[in-house]
Amino acid sequence: MSETSVADRLYGAGAPALELDGVTRHFGALAALSGVTMRISAGERRAILGSNGAGKTTLFNAVTGEFPLTAGRIRFFGEDISELPTQERIRRGLRRTYQISQLFGRLTVLDSVFLACRGVSGRRFSLRRPDARDVSMMQARSIITAVHLDDESDRLVSTLSHGQQRQLEIALALAGAPRFILFDEPAAGLSPSERRDLVAILSALPKHIGYIIIEHDLDVALRVADYVSIMHNGRLFKEGTPEQIENDPEVQDIYLGHKHH
Amino acid sequence: MSELLTAARPRLDGTFLERIGLGNIALVIFLVIYPAVASEFFIVQIGAYSLIWGMLALSLMILAGYGGMVSMAQISIAGVAGYTVAIFGMNHTGVHGFGWPFWILVPFAVLLAALVAGLIGLISNRTEGIYTIMITLAVATGFFYFTQQNYALFNGHSGFAGIEAPKFWGINWRAPVPFYYLCLGCAVLSYAAVLYASRSAYGLTLQAVRDNARRMRALGYDVTRHKVVAYFYSGLIAGLGGVLLVWFNGRISPGTIDVSAAINVLVIAVIGGMRHPIGPFLGAVVVVLIQTFAIDVVGAERYNTLIGLVFLLIVFASPDGILGLWEKAKLRAPREQVFQLDPLRAGVMSITNRRKRNI
Ligand SMILES: Nc1ncnc2c1ncn2[C@@H]1O[C@H](COP(=O)(O)OP(=O)(O)O)[C@@H](O)[C@H]1O
Ligand SMILES: [Mg+2]
Repeated sequence: MSETSVADRLYGAGAPALELDGVTRHFGALAALSGVTMRISAGERRAILGSNGAGKTTLFNAVTGEFPLTAGRIRFFGEDISELPTQERIRRGLRRTYQISQLFGRLTVLDSVFLACRGVSGRRFSLRRPDARDVSMMQARSIITAVHLDDESDRLVSTLSHGQQRQLEIALALAGAPRFILFDEPAAGLSPSERRDLVAILSALPKHIGYIIIEHDLDVALRVADYVSIMHNGRLFKEGTPEQIENDPEVQDIYLGHKHH
Repeated sequence: MSELLTAARPRLDGTFLERIGLGNIALVIFLVIYPAVASEFFIVQIGAYSLIWGMLALSLMILAGYGGMVSMAQISIAGVAGYTVAIFGMNHTGVHGFGWPFWILVPFAVLLAALVAGLIGLISNRTEGIYTIMITLAVATGFFYFTQQNYALFNGHSGFAGIEAPKFWGINWRAPVPFYYLCLGCAVLSYAAVLYASRSAYGLTLQAVRDNARRMRALGYDVTRHKVVAYFYSGLIAGLGGVLLVWFNGRISPGTIDVSAAINVLVIAVIGGMRHPIGPFLGAVVVVLIQTFAIDVVGAERYNTLIGLVFLLIVFASPDGILGLWEKAKLRAPREQVFQLDPLRAGVMSITNRRKRNI
C-alpha cells in the first residue's frame, strides 16, 4: 500500500508530524549531520537558522530520503519512513522546496503544477490528456492563483524570472494534500515586496499543515515560525521561541553577527 | 472551460500544435494520393522505406526527445521483432519457420520486442547521458555478434530469407501499393499515438523526468518505472517497424541490425529533429533519398561520406535538425507568413519538389 489511507491519517493524527532520532549523515570524513534529534508536532511551524554549511539542507535531504542516513531513524506521523524511497515519503504527505530551484525548464507552469498534483493522486501513467474537469488540473489552477502566477501559467518555466521560479517552487510543494512541508530558503534572492508575498502565503496555509522553514532573514523567519532551532556544524545548537532566540546573547553573537555579511 | 484546455498546452508547442490539425490533414492527403502520382520505385523504395525508418527513428525520438535517454539499441529491438517473424512465421531458409498465422505472429513479435526494450531500459536505468549511449551500444553490438555466431536460433551469418508480408482481406500486402499503404497505416498510427500521448499525464511525466528527475521523485513519482515504461512503448513502435523492415527486405540477417544500422537510426532522428514526432519522418525521407541517389551523384564508395557531411551541416546549422531549421526560418519570416506556412506542409513541399526533380 503506497498512498496514505484514511486509517493511516487517523492513526497518525495524535503522533508528532516529524520525529528525528539521532539522524546522522557523513560525506566521507565530513559529518554534515551528527545525531540530530528533534520532534515537531502536527501543525507546528518551525524555523531553522544556521550559518552556511551548518547542515540545514542536508537535514532536508535526509528527511525526504534524497540522501540515505548514515545512522538514526525518522518517523513521519508515527510511521518509520527511514527506509522508504523519496516518492513514498512524498505520497504520505511530505513536501519540500529547494534552495536552488529544481524545476522543469521545458514545461509550462501549469503542466508543472499539474504534475505535482498528479504525483500524489495516482493515475501517474495515464495516457489520456487531462481535460478541463480533471481534478489535478483544477487543483493546479487554484494553487497557481494562490502563488500569484495566474498570468504566467502558459509560460515555459525556463522563461520565468527568478522571483517567479521561487513562487513556482512553493506551488509545487502545495500540491495534493500536504501534511508537512520543508521550505529551504524560499526567500533567497527575493525583493522586499516578494518577501511580503511569501510571508502572506505561508501565513495563509491551513492550520493543520506544519512546516520547517530554513531562512537566513530573521525578519521573515521569526514572523512565520512558532519555534526556532539553530544548527551549527551538523548539530542542533539551540532551540526556543522567537523571543528567546532573539534575546539569547550566544545566538546574537554567532548569528546576528553573521546576518549582514 | 475551453480556456483551460488551451492553457494546458505549452506555448512553444502551442504555436505548433494549434495549426497542426491542418498540417496533419494536408500531409495525410498527400501521402494517401502519393501512389497515384509516383512510380513503383518511388512508392516502395522511397515511400515505404522512409516510413519504416521513420518509425524506427520515432521510437528513438520518444526516448531521446521526451525522455532524454539516447538509446542505440532501437535497431536491436526491431531485430528482435524481425527475427521473431522469421522464426515463428514462414521463411524459405529451411530453418525453423513454424508458420504461425500473421495475426498471432505480429502482436507476439511486437510485444516480445517491447518487453526486450523494457529490459534494456531496466539495465540502462542507472546510467545517464553518454553512459546510456555506451551501455545500449554495447547491448546492440552484443546482440549483433550473438545473432552472427548463434546457429541454433538465429541461423548465424546467413539469417533467414523468403519472409513475406501476409495476404488478408483478399489483398496481397507484398505488392508495392498495398505494402506502401500498410507502412503508411502503421506509421500514421504510431505518429498519432505519440503526438496524442505527448500531452497526456504520462507523456508530461516523461518530459519532466528529462528536465529534472530529482524533482520528480520529490513530487511522488517512481522515476525508474516511468523510464522503463518509456522503453516499453518505444519498443512497440520499434518492433512494428522491425516487422515491416523484414517484410520489406524479405530477409533478416545480422547485417540488418549491425552497428551501422544502429547509427543510422540515430542519424535519421538527429537530422530530422527530436522536438516533434514528425522530425524522425523528415529525417528518414532525407536519409533514404541520399542513400538511394548518392550512388548516382558521388558513387557508391562515398555515399557514407555524403551522409556524414549532410549530418554535420544540419547539426551545425541547427542542433534540432530540420525541425530546428524550420523554427529558425519561422522566426525570421514576417508575421503573416508565419501563420500561412506550416512545418508539415513545408516538409511535404520539400518532398514533392525533390520528387518532381527526380522523376
Ligand atoms: N552532496 C554532498 N557531497 C559532499 N558534501 C556535501 C554534500 N552536500 C552537502 N555537503 C556538505 O555538507 C555540509 C552541510 O551542507 P548543507 O547541508 O548544504 O549546509 P547548509 O544548507 O546549512 O548551508 C557542507 O560542508 C557541505 O559542503
Ligand atoms: Mg542550504
